[in-house]
Amino acid sequence: MKTYRTHLLLCAGTGCVSNHSFEIKRALEEELARHNLTDEIAVVATGCNGFCERGPVMLVEPDGIFYQQLKVEDIPHLVEEHFLKGRPVEKLMYTEKRGAPPVSRMNDIEFFRHQILVALRNRGRIDPEKIEEYIAHDGYLSLAKVLKEMTPEEVISEIKTSGLRGRGGAGFPTGMKWEFCRRSPGDEKYVVCNADEGDPGAFMDRSILEADPHAVLEGMTIGAYAIGARQGFIYVRDEYPLAVERIKLAIQAAEDLGLLGEAILGTGFSFSVQVVRGGGAFVCGEETALMASIEGRMGRPRPRPPFPAESGLWGQPTNINNVETWANVPIILARGGLWYASIGTPSSKGTKVFSLVGKVANTGLVEVPMGIKLREIIFDIGGGVPGGKKFKAVQTGGPSGGCIPESLLDLQVDYEQLAEAGAIMGSGGLIVMDEDTCMVDVARYFVSFLEDESCGKCLPCREGLQRMHEILDDITEGRGTPGHLDLLERLAGAVKKASLCGLGATAPNPVLTTLRYFKDEYEAHIHEGRCPAAVCKALIRFAIDEEKCTGCTACVRVCPSDCITGEKKQPHVIDQERCIKCGACIEVCKFDAVRKA
Amino acid sequence: MGVRLTIDGRPVEVPEGTTILEAAQTLGIEIPTLCYHEALEPYGACRLCLVEVRAGSARGATQVASCVFPARENLEVTTDSPEITEVRRVLLELLLARCPESPQIRRLAEEFGVRETPFQLRDEACILCGLCVRACAEVVGARAIDFSFRGRALEVKPPLKVPSVSCIACGTCTTVCPTDAVRLDEIARTAHRHRIGEHAPGERCRVCAAYPASPEFPASYEDWFEPGGSNS
Amino acid sequence: MDPEVLERIDHLIDETGAEESHLIGTLQDIQKELNYLPEEALRLISQKIGVPLSQVYSIATFYKAFSLEPRGRHLVNVCMGTACHVRGGVQILEKLERETGIHAGETTADRRFSLEAVRCLGCCGLAPVVMIDGNFHGKLTQKDLDRLLDQYP
Repeated sequence: MKTYRTHLLLCAGTGCVSNHSFEIKRALEEELARHNLTDEIAVVATGCNGFCERGPVMLVEPDGIFYQQLKVEDIPHLVEEHFLKGRPVEKLMYTEKRGAPPVSRMNDIEFFRHQILVALRNRGRIDPEKIEEYIAHDGYLSLAKVLKEMTPEEVISEIKTSGLRGRGGAGFPTGMKWEFCRRSPGDEKYVVCNADEGDPGAFMDRSILEADPHAVLEGMTIGAYAIGARQGFIYVRDEYPLAVERIKLAIQAAEDLGLLGEAILGTGFSFSVQVVRGGGAFVCGEETALMASIEGRMGRPRPRPPFPAESGLWGQPTNINNVETWANVPIILARGGLWYASIGTPSSKGTKVFSLVGKVANTGLVEVPMGIKLREIIFDIGGGVPGGKKFKAVQTGGPSGGCIPESLLDLQVDYEQLAEAGAIMGSGGLIVMDEDTCMVDVARYFVSFLEDESCGKCLPCREGLQRMHEILDDITEGRGTPGHLDLLERLAGAVKKASLCGLGATAPNPVLTTLRYFKDEYEAHIHEGRCPAAVCKALIRFAIDEEKCTGCTACVRVCPSDCITGEKKQPHVIDQERCIKCGACIEVCKFDAVRKA
Repeated sequence: MGVRLTIDGRPVEVPEGTTILEAAQTLGIEIPTLCYHEALEPYGACRLCLVEVRAGSARGATQVASCVFPARENLEVTTDSPEITEVRRVLLELLLARCPESPQIRRLAEEFGVRETPFQLRDEACILCGLCVRACAEVVGARAIDFSFRGRALEVKPPLKVPSVSCIACGTCTTVCPTDAVRLDEIARTAHRHRIGEHAPGERCRVCAAYPASPEFPASYEDWFEPGGSNS
Repeated sequence: MDPEVLERIDHLIDETGAEESHLIGTLQDIQKELNYLPEEALRLISQKIGVPLSQVYSIATFYKAFSLEPRGRHLVNVCMGTACHVRGGVQILEKLERETGIHAGETTADRRFSLEAVRCLGCCGLAPVVMIDGNFHGKLTQKDLDRLLDQYP
């Protein structure tokens, strides 16, 4: 391998790519060539670095200097100042707010300081398309150790000791799951990686697959050895083309080096992996639906028992785990189950990757130890709610989860604690909401999502969700009655108890938690015809504050329904009959003169 | 080797692999079902057969569909707890709202004291129980119909919504349908030949069990053999 | 149907492998190439793989990746994930509906655009996001949309 004095680790995850990071890479390479630095400085396109809010980002190693919000125009100056003259460029560094001093080192930035990278250990550090870089970071050493020195039972025992629980959402103890599958009679067993990541607001799995696909492959291979499987499937959402590409490249690279396929590392163990693309169905994240999809059928769940460990793909014992779960396996085998169990809480060991999004200053991907308080994640790592707005709730666990209010922010992140609060850990989406978010609208949003994604097989989910949607429409559109709340609770109870699969059984959670913690908002809609957050269109009016309006006509020009009248320098007026409440006027007004009430 | 469990406090022993529903039947305990048929693999979709189970003292009770859940040693089953009764009520209210005009649904709901529904009324005949699809697949083997779309838009139709080449017009689907919702004339390719004049208007055909949509059927031989008609 | 297109479909089926477990993958390849699933493709797959047409049709209608009607030249996918929802995704969708003159789920008469409200695209740091033909456009305001569609003739 060639050696360089400096590596420029440029984030090329989907987020930064859409923000032109490939163009920045080209610009860097051109500038470096211009200054004859190509043999000394390497530009590496890595997977998602995690600090999405500030993308495109770049880490300069070995200095540890971190640049953010890069633009192509910045590159010539950056290359000349930092790489030629050795003077890091402060104006491209991170500052907490305007006027604050720049923080030059990545690990000094609050966003990164509190994180412990285990599943994300290689993120932003390696080129995911070069297996040599994975190996140089101790990749595949665990596999070698497992195949040469450990029995399958010893592997399972190590995973059990670690306390690793499924990171896809259910949190079932991984070691136990592997053991069930190993013990099930059957000649042909399968391991599956669930990369269908459907929870809106969650992109952990995408990041791992894009940044470190070999971690997942190595994990699956170790798992296959432990269980006794020879074939594996990685089921990836159709909407993740870059992840599909990277995992396919990784499979090829691993096969070329004898780390996958026949007689791995010269032993008698063979294991091959196939990538299967999803077809656009959230329900296929449910394991029995996922298996049906792999088998070429409609992705409709079936009743359990029997569980996949007993009877899965084509009736054979099958072990399904989430991407993040698999990614943790190699490092657990490397450093030991006891090490992993030393992190976290008594019931929830290790770390968890969260996607911190919504009304939060530092949106991005974070990995933190279990047991950390929600408050720490949102305010210390996340930098709190931007724009001077007040925090209202954090939604965890996607459509299966719940909304946690401010009073519970000192809850520790732990499977059981979150469940007690009515939410769930879920796959790790953390959506922060502020005073401008209507919780009834949020409940309606989730119900509507699940109604769309329901497979329709069982009565309570299919019909129940439609009816819950109707009721929530009534409430948000001003037709709510007091009886609606009782009806919602009854329906929610029945859907929860009677649904065939997890989608239906957890669908009522957003409704139930918002009813529990934000009942006042429901009541305002019903009894006062008022939406406190000023979101529900039927219950708000847009009006222009005469005192603040300067008569600049900016809003008049963008209004799509021509409902604003006013001469230049005269206060403008909105015609309520014609206003469609699109918000274009608010967006364009520089004087904060448009009010929603 | 038998499996011993109790249902509503009554002990019973059944062979391994028996479902709770079947075990209850041996005791004469009736559990309501809609998508269950003894000739077909249990499906677990209507959820009316829900019962509460408790496995020893360890955890609380969970609700499971008795038509698919296997009987297990020491299982304690309750078929009529307050929770189950309430869930059943809601399910029936949902069904009634979907098919308010269906006499079979109204009768079933009435059995459990459900006469009205708090939800907005629709007017469907099909309850999407899947019996027709499963019968066509498992008993007949033709697989002429299947579910299409999903969620709110879920429906049972022949593929591409045109009469199916695979349909053999045996009428099994119309026989198993609990709400007389299957329209064989939509599924079968061969124009179904009714014996002219055998039916009073509105009477069901004894062959295919479909309602002979009287206005469409000819009243005389002359109409039947009209050039360009459905039988030419 | 144009015999060349039929031949192409035939070839695509063979390329992936005419087996039941490749059913969805084959449909995806055909959808990608032809921009929809013609009836003839469903029938041909049913024949070659040896599965009932009802099964192929079920799959073609169950998964959102497929459409039985031709889609527009440009697929405008508005992300309706939660992060995008709370950051103004609804307003973005409504603006695009006004711009194109169609509702989500429809295609313009001239087949230029198909507008869809899609599930979370996984780049929540850039909310609200619209994906057009695989290109991600993030941190959008209604004003940005005035010129966005012009990039896609």
